[in-house]
Amino acid sequence: MLEARSLRRLHLGPVGFTLEAGECVSVSGKSGAGKSLLLRMVADLDPHDGDVTLDGAPCSAMAAPAWRRMVTYVAADAGWWDDRVAAHFAPDIDLAALLPQVGIPPDAVAWPVARLSTGERQRLALLRALRPANRVLLLDEPTSGLDPANSVLVEALLRARLAAGTAILMVTHDSEQAARMASHHLEVRDGELRELAR
Amino acid sequence: MSPTLLGYGDLAIAALLIVLNAALSLWLDLGLTRTVLVAAARAVVQLLLVGLVLRTVFALASPLLIGAVLLVMLLSASYEIASRQERRFAGFWAYGIGAATTMLATVLVTAFALAGTLRPDPWYAPQVLVPLAGIILGNVMNGVSVSLNAFNTAVVRERPAIEARLALGADRYAALKPLQRSALRSGMIPIVNQMSAAGIITLPGMMTGQILAGMEPVEAAKYQILILFLVAGGAGLGALGATTAAAWRITDERHRLRLDRLRKK
Repeated sequence: MLEARSLRRLHLGPVGFTLEAGECVSVSGKSGAGKSLLLRMVADLDPHDGDVTLDGAPCSAMAAPAWRRMVTYVAADAGWWDDRVAAHFAPDIDLAALLPQVGIPPDAVAWPVARLSTGERQRLALLRALRPANRVLLLDEPTSGLDPANSVLVEALLRARLAAGTAILMVTHDSEQAARMASHHLEVRDGELRELAR
Repeated sequence: MSPTLLGYGDLAIAALLIVLNAALSLWLDLGLTRTVLVAAARAVVQLLLVGLVLRTVFALASPLLIGAVLLVMLLSASYEIASRQERRFAGFWAYGIGAATTMLATVLVTAFALAGTLRPDPWYAPQVLVPLAGIILGNVMNGVSVSLNAFNTAVVRERPAIEARLALGADRYAALKPLQRSALRSGMIPIVNQMSAAGIITLPGMMTGQILAGMEPVEAAKYQILILFLVAGGAGLGALGATTAAAWRITDERHRLRLDRLRKK
């Protein structure tokens, strides 16, 4: 479904990979190896060489905002552009009903962002990226700050998306999580992308 | 009442106040003596020099010379804007954005005032054009430099928030809108305060000068109102233009945030 070819920026690349619908692929590597760089290139958030196609349609031939609504990057430390939690979500969704899915009480709808803990912010950043248009999720350490119970919730949410046909490229340092979630495992090392044996 | 012309002797008497200040500073060991004297001397030299230059410009009334004076004013304003930026754009754009938007806003508002209200004959009459363009330019410069500085500083600080919106599919102008709004507000606050406080807390400098020079107070007030409207309009246009241009330059056609185009001073 998603195919990346000859991606290159700074010390990373050229690299390529493919993602099938409903497939999760993990990305590991040392800090600074270029894992986030890779995800950001796929979302076209930085200037780079190479191109990515979704069902054969190239990113470079599409308006960038339209691409990012389908191929969505969720940063490890997500940003907040409003003081209120609810302002970060589309008005057409029932946020209070969704919050318990990630272990957050429904009344957090009315909270200010400043009241959220690091882990709550991380889960809300993931939740706000899950939109109907979304086909591919590029997740940068989605459970790094979470306790085991909340990690389980997030993984369950991601499995539901996978079952619905969304593809996920996920940076994770947790090899057990990678084994639980992903069918293929990539490693960024010395500027290259290698497939690890299962 | 006709204007009281000042002799150099009158100025010498006023200068006693500066000397008194300097002497006090020396006596109390405040370390301000040199600073005060140098600043006062600069004011004397600069203002008399400008007076001489303007006298010549007014006497010759040559469009070419007037144009040259205006150009020098615009160039110094552009330099001043760039030097007040904590983070400026790399290369040409460090000056380009400030200069282009300042020039545009100043020319538009000055032309509007000349054609709409003051109607001097000829239209480029230097007694009207030079001081009018000067006061508009000064305020546009402040509006542009304050809002541009606020915008560029906020873009760096708010990078995660901007990129979060871009990553979720917002276009670049939507993602930068909150920053542009608050930068514009910073740029407009001085002139808004000036309008609200006018006449209550202080008499504006221009109106004071005109009353001292013998103008009827209500007439002087009308002039002051005109000038306030012109400078508010100019500052608003300049700040809007500058932040829009900065929003365009800090992102690219693929709606990416390009902080690599900013340099820290």
